[in-house]
This record gives sequence, structure tokens and C-alpha cells, in this order.
Amino acid sequence: MKLIYFAWVRERIGKPEEDVALPADVKTVADLLRWLRSRGEEYEHALQYPDVIRVAINQEHVDHRESLAGANEIALFPPMTGG
Amino acid sequence: MTAQAVPTVRIQAEDFDVTAEIARLAQGRGDVGAIVTFSGLCRDEAGALAALELEHYPGMAEAEITRIATEAMQRWPLTGLTAIHRHGRIKPGENIVLVVAASSHRQAAFEAADFLMDYLKSRAPFWKKEHHADGSAGDWVDAKETDEVAARRWKPS
Repeated sequence: MKLIYFAWVRERIGKPEEDVALPADVKTVADLLRWLRSRGEEYEHALQYPDVIRVAINQEHVDHRESLAGANEIALFPPMTGG
Repeated sequence: MTAQAVPTVRIQAEDFDVTAEIARLAQGRGDVGAIVTFSGLCRDEAGALAALELEHYPGMAEAEITRIATEAMQRWPLTGLTAIHRHGRIKPGENIVLVVAASSHRQAAFEAADFLMDYLKSRAPFWKKEHHADGSAGDWVDAKETDEVAARRWKPS
């Protein structure tokens, strides 16, 4: 699974993207955030307040209950500040 | 009404020409009675800011703004709609974003431009980082709750 990070999520994790093999029990966005936090302190730092993390699957916004089935690309980022 | 126009969405590092973008929506047609433009510029925050760095999600930025613009064209009788958002390093006084909404009558053009900006603020994948004028490390700009509230007022009740 391709994961992409932006803004301070990218800076705290320390990389713009990575390919990961997800465990079978990681089925939703919320599961993914929980699993990532267990991968090291840089992830814990980036994702310690999961409620503020916005997620896009295949370049469309989703909420944390969304299933990861069919996802090719999952992006994690802070609330947006464009415009 | 003529066939539904398709919005123009561009994500680019370079500046845009507001006059040319207005002209493009009026060109070659006689049914345009109102063109509303919104330009968003980089502020200097009372001299404290040297520049903003705008990060974006390539691909999704175009896709998301196109989704919002397409919804605007469905909700209002527009003859044309353009949204341009810049990325990269932008200095105070420079352009960040442009919305141009054209319609036969002004109300639709005003409302569509307002709607597009409200949604773009809270849904388009862009993030601003500040660079301070005194050289100290800047931080990421926090999202404003007021932008979320502004976007929610367009939801059907």
C-alpha cells in the first residue's frame, strides 16, 4: 500500500511517502492510524491526535470509518489551509 | 440555456493574469452579463512574514477543486467558471488564488464565487507554511474553524 504524507504530518514522520504491507486486521482508516502510531515515535508524534488527521483514499476525502478495500494510495495530512 | 459549460481549473507555480482570465470567459459570447472575480493575495502580517510556502497534493488538488467547481456549475446558472491556485513560494503582495465566475446575472456569479472559495479553503489539499522576515523558523498555518463554518452554510438544511 502506498502511503503519502503532507505538511507537518510529512515533516514529523520524516518522509514524503512509503510503501507498507498492511496487517490483515487493518481494515479501516481508523485501524490504519492506530497501526501507524505503533511503528515508532516519529509516527506517534505525527498522529498523536488522530481526530485532526485528514485522510484521502485514491485522491478523495474519506472519514475515519472508511474501509481501505480498493485503496491504491492513501494520503494523511493536517486540515487544509489553501485559498 | 446553452450547453452546460465545463469549469477551468489550473494548479500552477507561476502567476496568473486576472484581466486575461476575465476576457476568456466573455470572449465570443453575448449571454454573459456578470463576471465576479475573487483574488486571494499573500499578506505580510504587519511586516513579520517574508513568504508563504504552499505545499499541495498533485493530482488531488486539481481533482478536488474540479469536484467543487462542477458542483457550483450545477447549483448556479453559470456561463463559465475558472479557478486557479498557485503553489510554491509566494511573497507578500503576490497572488495565491483566483476565482472567476460568469453568468447572465450578478447574483449567481457572486454566490458561486463565494461558494467555491469557502469550499476550496476547507477541502482543497493545500497547506501554507510561513517564512518569517527575521529569518526565524516559521510554522504551518493553522486551519481556521471559521472556514469550516463558512463552508457549512452552503449545505442544504
